[in-house]
Amino acid sequence: MGEIIMSYAAALRETLREEMRRDPNIVILGEDVGAWGGVFTVTLGLLQEFGPQRVIDTPISEAAIVGAALGMALAGLRPVAEIMYMDFITIAMDQLITHAAKLRFMSGGRIKLPMVIRTQYGIGRAYGPQHSQFVPSWFLQPGIKVVAPSTPADAKGLLKAALREDNPVLFIEAALLYETTGPVPEGDYIIPIGLADIKRKGSDVTIVAISRTVLDALKAAEILSEKHGIEAEVIDPRTLYPLDLKTIFSSVRKTGRLVITTDEIRSGSVAAEILSRVAEDPDTLYSLETAPKIVSSPDMPVPTPAPLEKAYMVNPDKIVNAVITMLR
Amino acid sequence: MSRVENIGIIDPSRYGEYGISKEDLMWMWRTMMLIRRFEERVVKLFEEKKLVGASHLYIGMEAVATGVMKALDKDDYIVSTYRGHGHALARGIPPRLVMAELFGRATGTNKGLGGSMHVSMYPELGIMMTTAIVGSGIPVAAGLGYAIKYRGEKRVVAAFFGDGAVNTGAFHEGANMIGLWRLPVILVCENNLYGMGGRVDRVTAGSTGFSVIHRALAYNIDGIVVDGFDPVAVYIAARKAAEKARNGGGPTFIEARTYRFLGHNLRDPQRYRSREEVEEWKRKDAVIRLTRILIDNGYASQEELDGIEKQILEEIEDSVRFAQESPYLSFEELYNFIYA
Repeated sequence: MGEIIMSYAAALRETLREEMRRDPNIVILGEDVGAWGGVFTVTLGLLQEFGPQRVIDTPISEAAIVGAALGMALAGLRPVAEIMYMDFITIAMDQLITHAAKLRFMSGGRIKLPMVIRTQYGIGRAYGPQHSQFVPSWFLQPGIKVVAPSTPADAKGLLKAALREDNPVLFIEAALLYETTGPVPEGDYIIPIGLADIKRKGSDVTIVAISRTVLDALKAAEILSEKHGIEAEVIDPRTLYPLDLKTIFSSVRKTGRLVITTDEIRSGSVAAEILSRVAEDPDTLYSLETAPKIVSSPDMPVPTPAPLEKAYMVNPDKIVNAVITMLR
Repeated sequence: MSRVENIGIIDPSRYGEYGISKEDLMWMWRTMMLIRRFEERVVKLFEEKKLVGASHLYIGMEAVATGVMKALDKDDYIVSTYRGHGHALARGIPPRLVMAELFGRATGTNKGLGGSMHVSMYPELGIMMTTAIVGSGIPVAAGLGYAIKYRGEKRVVAAFFGDGAVNTGAFHEGANMIGLWRLPVILVCENNLYGMGGRVDRVTAGSTGFSVIHRALAYNIDGIVVDGFDPVAVYIAARKAAEKARNGGGPTFIEARTYRFLGHNLRDPQRYRSREEVEEWKRKDAVIRLTRILIDNGYASQEELDGIEKQILEEIEDSVRFAQESPYLSFEELYNFIYA
């Protein structure tokens, strides 16, 4: 199979198209996923190909979007519900956390819920505190799986996996990633959920980078290599729950240094969760030569003005500085 | 525009006109009696501290589940609630499985992991989900209804919820979808007058005469207000709603006017209502009323009914023995039930 260069949004769109052609049980529902084509163009053209019964424009009702997806999944469909901004998912928390994540357990393992909730976080577009939040740690809950691909290829591979999974999957995209491009394998390219990826090999420091910050971490790694002779290993967990700790631990044991990057606020973050897991694993903890560091957004709502948001966000320089400070 | 119909108590002289047979009546009586005696036994088990945890009982409301379940086919979907013991028994889940679930045992409907509030979740008989969160089942009913419509099936969804649910966001979001998309859903509002201790008129804007039927009209859903102490009336209402839904006529909101004779749960001090009020409602007792109808109209003799009741009591005692002799899951096994 060959590869095609395409954008992250296009990779998602073509994957949905391929999977919908394969499986008539797949339906898409959400706000403006049909006639509009999705505000980020992910579902553009799917209404025309699959019709309004399979590409369903819903009212602005996040609780009912996720709840209806749950009902569809119970009836054996395979819904893909879109929550336009991750901020809006709080409206659907009851359906997702208290119902979707619990029903199988409460049924003694008798029901399955093949459902995907797609959402994105919008940081970096001057949209402010209510359209920019990246809050994956709220969903580290038994019963659901959480993925956050950073490249077009990963977006395809993980979406394919999610669409063949019999558990609820929260699929987190990022607005700033949609127009990024990269090679995407053709055909049935599936990345198993729960598998991290080493995006760059290195021996001096491990940078575990989440979602959009993978791009920053890779840029930082280039700067570190070219200007400072430091070789960073960049690991993208890709799945945030369950975490592939094995890949992270073995990298940290090799490099002895750990930086974790994320667009989350520091407190209660997935980054903090990863760090706590490292701290609990003696072999990994004692392999650290210096204190580890989280490079995240500060504990502050996302500021709206573009220059202030820029100052707020993770960027390659902040990562470079963290590594250099650590190695000094 | 949607409209509201009222169905009051059906006089026995009209049973023939509605096609109500002796078998139908005997099934209804047996079902209501089973729920009543089962719940009474559950109360005793709580008093004896043999049962612990949640205890939202169905006593007083038996006619609602009985009438609705009678109207459903075996392929239909049901969404139930934390007050679901009656739904479970009326749908035909064996009492052994229901009691074992209340005891938290591995032989229960949900291996004990659902407990009282999810005892009725039983996809094998179409009860696809239960919720312990007020109002949360309604969006799920929309999804089930959508799946039926998408596949062109003849099934319907019956979603049970209480009067308190109509003030939740989930109800409004779900009802809007159900009304908008004309989904084959019967919204069964068990209006027992109280959401916990909040009486309908004290918590619901626009309610008149303790009714919440206006909520249906807001979403272009036809309403039927039915006397929830008459299983025949409830059956006729649900049958009508089900036929309409199966024939592409869309959703119906059935408001069954009922009353819970016990508190919200067994810990409820019931300071929000008077003893006199409860006694007044008990005069409408559906079980007593149907017993009288069966005897007075020659459908059954007292001896016959006593015989059935004895069978029911034996079945319930058997379910208690079965439950108590059943094992719990091991803690390690629990990890198997988180993901498919």
